[in-house]
Order: sequence, then C-alpha cells, then structure tokens
Amino acid sequence: MPNDSNNLIDVEDLWVKFPTRTGMFDAVRGVSFSLGKERLGIVGESGSGKSMTGRALLRLIRKPGIVTAKRMSLHGEDLMAKSERQMRKVRGQQISMVMQDPKFSLNPVMTIGEQIMEAYSLHAKGSKKAAKEKALEMLRAVSIRDPERVFRAYPHEMSGGMGQRVMIAMMLAPDPEILIADEPTSALDVSVQGQVLSIMDKLVEERGMGLILISHDLNLVSSFCDRVLIMYAGRIVETCRADQLQQAQHPYTRGLLNSLPRLDQPKRRLDVLQREASWRDASSVVDAS
Amino acid sequence: MNSLESSSESQPQSLREWLLSEAPTSRRQARMGSFYQGWLALKSNNLTMIGLGILLFLLFVALFAPVLAPADPFAQNLSNRLQPPGSEGHLLGTDSLGRDILSRLIYGSRITLYIVTLVALIAPVLGLFVGTVAGYLGGWVDSILMRITDIFLAFPRLVLALAFVAALGAGIENAVIAISLTAWPPYARIARAETLTIRRADYISAVQLQGAGPLRIISKHIWPLCISSLIVRVALDMAGIILAAAGLGFLGLGAQPPSPEWGAMISEGRKFLLDFWWVATIPGLAIFMVSLGFNLLGDGLRDVLDPKDSGDA
Amino acid sequence: MSGIDIQKLNVWFGKGEDRVDAVIDATLKVASGESFGLVGESGSGKSTILRAMMGLVPDYSGHMVVADESLTKKRAASFYKKVQMVFQDPYASLHPRHSVDQVLSETLYLHGYKDIDQRVPKLLSDVGLGGAFRFRYPHQLSGGQRQRVAIARALAPEPKILLLDEPTSALDVSVQAEILNLLVDLREEHQLTYLMVSHDLAVVSHMCEQIAVMQHGKVVEILSVEDMRKMQPRHEYSKHLLTSSLGYSRQSADL
Repeated sequence: MPNDSNNLIDVEDLWVKFPTRTGMFDAVRGVSFSLGKERLGIVGESGSGKSMTGRALLRLIRKPGIVTAKRMSLHGEDLMAKSERQMRKVRGQQISMVMQDPKFSLNPVMTIGEQIMEAYSLHAKGSKKAAKEKALEMLRAVSIRDPERVFRAYPHEMSGGMGQRVMIAMMLAPDPEILIADEPTSALDVSVQGQVLSIMDKLVEERGMGLILISHDLNLVSSFCDRVLIMYAGRIVETCRADQLQQAQHPYTRGLLNSLPRLDQPKRRLDVLQREASWRDASSVVDAS
Repeated sequence: MNSLESSSESQPQSLREWLLSEAPTSRRQARMGSFYQGWLALKSNNLTMIGLGILLFLLFVALFAPVLAPADPFAQNLSNRLQPPGSEGHLLGTDSLGRDILSRLIYGSRITLYIVTLVALIAPVLGLFVGTVAGYLGGWVDSILMRITDIFLAFPRLVLALAFVAALGAGIENAVIAISLTAWPPYARIARAETLTIRRADYISAVQLQGAGPLRIISKHIWPLCISSLIVRVALDMAGIILAAAGLGFLGLGAQPPSPEWGAMISEGRKFLLDFWWVATIPGLAIFMVSLGFNLLGDGLRDVLDPKDSGDA
Repeated sequence: MSGIDIQKLNVWFGKGEDRVDAVIDATLKVASGESFGLVGESGSGKSTILRAMMGLVPDYSGHMVVADESLTKKRAASFYKKVQMVFQDPYASLHPRHSVDQVLSETLYLHGYKDIDQRVPKLLSDVGLGGAFRFRYPHQLSGGQRQRVAIARALAPEPKILLLDEPTSALDVSVQAEILNLLVDLREEHQLTYLMVSHDLAVVSHMCEQIAVMQHGKVVEILSVEDMRKMQPRHEYSKHLLTSSLGYSRQSADL
C-alpha cells in the first residue's frame, strides 16, 4: 500500500456496515485507494457502495451505520481519529462535496448569496463585506454572467445547470483541497452537463485540487477523469487509467461496457451482464497508483 | 393451506416462514404476509406495545365488567360514603353516595369504549369520503365540500353539544354525535391533501389509461393510501375525544347520573377534591392511562405505516 | 393500420400571461410497425406529446390520427385497447399497495377480459417474470422488475401501439440492457409500433429507425438513425446533442 506523502488521501480497508433486522448489511467492503492531485473516478451501479465511500471520507455516515478502516488519512492525518468538532473543520475547508440535485441540496428559503456567504464564513474570519466579495468572486468563477442578480435570487429561480454551478461555487468558497462530486451531472440535461463539468475541471486545475467523481456513467467518467475505480457490491473490482478503460480486464467492467448501447456500434441485442458470485466474494482490488 | 406443499423442501413450512415468504403464491398469502411484517415492525417498539397493552386491558375490562366488578356500580350506601381507598370491600374507596369506585370505574370503561368506537367509526369515515372526493374531482365539487368542511370546523365542540342537548336532550349518544360532527373536518383536510398529491402520480394515470372511472380510482387506489395516515391521526386524536366526552360529562351534557362515565365521576368528585381526593382523581387517572395508551399506539402506528414505503426509491 | 400521424400539435398549460407552450406545431408520422424515437432534453415537450396522445392533457390543438382513429378531446375505452403507455419511473408507476397480481388483474378486468386467471401468468412470463413474482408488492421488486410489470400491464389489452416514456432512464445500465432487449423482442413477437421518448441518443438509436429531435417544444429535425450514426444531422441543435452524448471532451469544452 503506497504511503506516498504526495497523496492527499489514503484509504485502507474501509468498511461501512448497517445493522438491519435481517443481519448486518455491508455497504462498503474493504475498499482501499489513494487520491493525489488528480481526477479520480469511482464508477458503479446503484448499491455498489460508491456514494457511501464518498460519505465515509467525510465521516458523514451517522449511527446506526458503522465505519471502520485500517487507515483513512488526509495528508497523513488520521480522519478516523478526529472528533466531530474537528471533522467540522475538515468539511468544507479541506474536503468539500457537491451532490446530485441542487433542488435538494440548496436551502430553498435562503438566497444564493446568503448560502455562499455562510459556507465561506464558517471557515474564514472576516467581515460580512469580505464574505460578500468572496461569494461574488465565486459566482464569477463558475461562469455566471450576472453574479449580482444570482446573488439575490432564490434556488427555485435557477435552472438545474445554474443550481449546480451555484453548488460548486458554494463548496469551493472555503477553498478546499479536495472536492468529492457525487453524481454532479446526473440530474442535468446532456448539453448542460458539459458546461458544469468543464467548470469543475477548470477550477480543479487552477487550484491544484484533487477531485473524486462518483458516477454510474462509465462514458462520462472515462472521458473526464484520469483514473477510474470500478465498484461492485461494495468492493473495488478493477482500477485502471481512464484512457485505458476500453481495455479493462474484469468481466464486470467488460460486461458493463458491452451492455451499453453505442451510437457508433449498432448491435442487434445488447449483451446482458451475467453476474458471478465470485465478483461479490473476491476481496477488493488494491489501488496501486 | 395448499401453500404448505408448494415449497420444494420436504418438510412443510412453519407458519412464520409462510408469512415471510418472498414468493407468495396466493393473494391471501401476500396480504397476510404484509400484515405480519407490519406487526413485526410494531412489536419491535416497546412503548407501542405498552400502549397496545393498555388498550387491550381496557377492552378486556369492558368485556368482562360484570365478572370483574366486585359490587353493583349503582348500589348506594349512604352510611359508607367517602371511604378512602383500601377500605374493607372497596379497593378504591367509595364516592359521595357510597358507591364502590372500582366497580364504577370498571363499568365506566364500557362507556368510554362505546364513545371511542362510535366516534372512530363516524368521524374518520366521513372525513375520508368528503376529503378524497373533493381532492380527486376538484373544481366546484371541491369548493363546495371544503366550504362545508370549514363551516363544521368553525364550530366549537362544546357549543355544538349544548345546541344538541337543547334540541334533543342530554345523553351519551347525543354527546357522541356532537363530538363526531366536530371531529371529522380535520380528517377531511388530511384526506384531501393526500389525494391531491396521489392524484398526480403515474400509477393513477396508468389506471386512468385502462379506462377506470373516478369511483374505482377513489375507492381502490386512493383510499388504501389515505387510510394509513388517518389511522394514525385517529389513534392520536382518541385522547382528545375521550377528554371531550369527559368534559361533556363533566358539564352534565353527556352521560347522565347515575351513569358511571368517567368524566361525570370527576364532576361529582370535584366538590370533595381537597378532603376526599380519590373520588375525582381515580377516574382522572383512568382517563390519563387510556389517553396515554392511544398516544403510544398512535406513535408506533405512525412509524410502521409511514409513507416511506409508498413508492420512494 | 397501427400508425401515428400527428399534424401541427400544440399543447399548452395555463392561460393568458401564465401560459406555457409545451409543444409547438409538432408534426410527425410513424408508420405501422415502425419504431420511432423522440429525443430532446427536459422541457423539450417530448413526453408531453405522448401524454397528449393518451388524453392525459387538457388543452391541446392540432390533428392526431392514431391507429386509423382520428382523435377528439375524449378517448373512448376502445382507444386504450389499441394504444398503451409505459411510464418513466418504475418506482412511481405501480400502486404501492397493490400486488402485481392485482395490477394485472384489474387491467384485464377493466378491458373486459374474462379469463383473467389464465392471462396473468402468461403476461408475466412474456416479460420474463416467473410465477414467484405474481403476488409480490412493488417494494419487494427491483427497478427492473417493476418496469417489467409496467410493460406487462401495458401489453395486457393487446395493443398495437406502445408509447414508451423514457422506459430505462431510472434504471441501472445493466438492467437497462435487459429491458431494451425485452422491448425489442416484444416488438417482434407482437408486431408492435413503438414511439419512444428518451434523452439518451444511444438508447434511441439502438431501439428506433427514425428520430425526431425536439427543442423547446418544437420538432427541429427528423432524421433516420443511419444519418445520426454517420454524424450527419443537419440542424445545429441535433449536432450539439450528438456531440454532447459522446462524452466529455476537454477540447471542445467552451463556456
């Protein structure tokens, strides 16, 4: 397990379990990976544990969920050992998260400006004026052409794409080092997806951030990210470089790739993924970056 | 039960397995299976079970009152009046006319149960009907029904009860009718609000596309979904209903003497509250226990019948 | 015979100042037995066209001939025997308190079939579900299974035309492949005409022979799937949709 001090995040043997009436349900099973100043994609279908992994990194999983890991560190500092109070400092300032649908992740009764200012003031001392300046600066950074108007507007007045850009502005206001984006474009139209992704791309590049993009969309992740982890049933079944995804080895990855309809490759029937029990039972592939 | 042979194992399934089967083979099995799962969820909440226990105890006492009561609830014994609890032959003491409080309490449970059942049958049913029809049909039907609802909502319960008493004479039945007439509007509002949401769902559109008319849609598709929240609301309202009946009894508008209705008992004991506290306090405790039972059960029912299972992923 | 001919369809919601035009002057033709795709983003009006055809929309104008029947404001019960619809969200298209058996039985009953008990198992096996699913409730089914039930329900009255409103958008990729294969098989078996709505060009290209591209309520282009595959759409917007659907491209990212 590379213990590279260049890594922003190191995760080793992460488990997330939930007690249910019929026994313990393991949402994430022994996942290990690390993140540097790069764009890492985590791909999986629903139930693969990809979202849980993202939330576990931010220690957002509440009881009765149980999170254990041999190691989960940010810059070498153990995140598992931190108290809730210390984690609150980490969230937003060091690691931020953008979620799927701005309809549900933006507070509907506060103006956009107020929300961005709040996100900023939680981690920075300074006057209200400074916070407002920062909010407007962030709105400009996400290519919103009329920041003053958007500042005063409410979330329901925004389209999906705008809302998501506001979300990014809000999450990057405290200047974190790592952004976790959980299905950031799934609720958006296809033509808007490109815009939002390129904004995220630009900001991540400019600020030297690390990005974890969680998605079910293989195409998206392979074209946007540098490295990809493929998850199934709580485990990582394969890791590879994004541009080598088409040469992936694991039968699950191949199955997923083959079951997608493609414009450029007409097929009479789509290959249906035949799930093997061995994929579920094998241990997680260790991400050797 | 033919499903006992339907499993591929050589041993017959236990009843529990049959109910929890993932692949039910008949309508009856599926329905009983979901009831059973609901029951399991309910059972897991201890407080709810306490509430249920209290109410079952009430039912038991009411059913077997003649057997359980040590004395005749109407038998007066003026030389034995106002005896404290623990006196010989009178576990909970006697009231101002020498009647045994315990027996009166036991027989009074029948009246309480009677009130609760009648109101529970009238008010929510009426409210469900009015609310779902108004919500589904919309337009002027909705407006008219909702204005009627508003009119009844505006009536203070006691004023209406007084009006009934003036018109029809005092008595427990009239009290029940008065309570029901003021209790149904909130149910209508709940049912209407739920119907407005449900109406837009795809499964309603789908059945409209099969040619279903409003009657079928309201009764078979909307009512099953509204009933959960109504049941919860009824259980939680029961405490208030009992208190309302007790209040009417207290005012002399409900059960008439010598009826052992708990509210009337409190009223009779009010004069002696300071020196002979048990005459009013013990029926008060009984009301408290039953109200508590309904509240606990209602809370637990809400957790089980929560619309989380109504289609959200 | 079982074709669709829509001429200058206009659909609007609201009146006066609050009026929103969801579909503007839409014209398209689907031949009998053809599979036709309607592609567009949210707000393009594609789903609204389907709903207008099914009579689920109060205000519309224009001329629609479906299965040789010229449509008026109301739909007769016989219409629903010829045309049926599969909804997008499998989690919302089945009544949460009705078992699969109840859903299918009710449908068969409403359409006047008498041999319900024989037809239900047949419908289930047609969509690849075994008898074990017959008495389950929706919350005991996965998304793909629910969608199969929705398809079975649509097939119960033996229609000739199926309207498919984003039938796989809410499903995982691997489940999508199963459902798309099922739809292809069913179309062949029953000689159905499909009008399929989707935002996903790849899905529509797989399933359909012709595509209409919609934007802001208007049909901007109708082209064959071959032309789409050859990257030869003519309208700007169609080109834009095409490039966006090919994945993220760093070079072409412009703001």
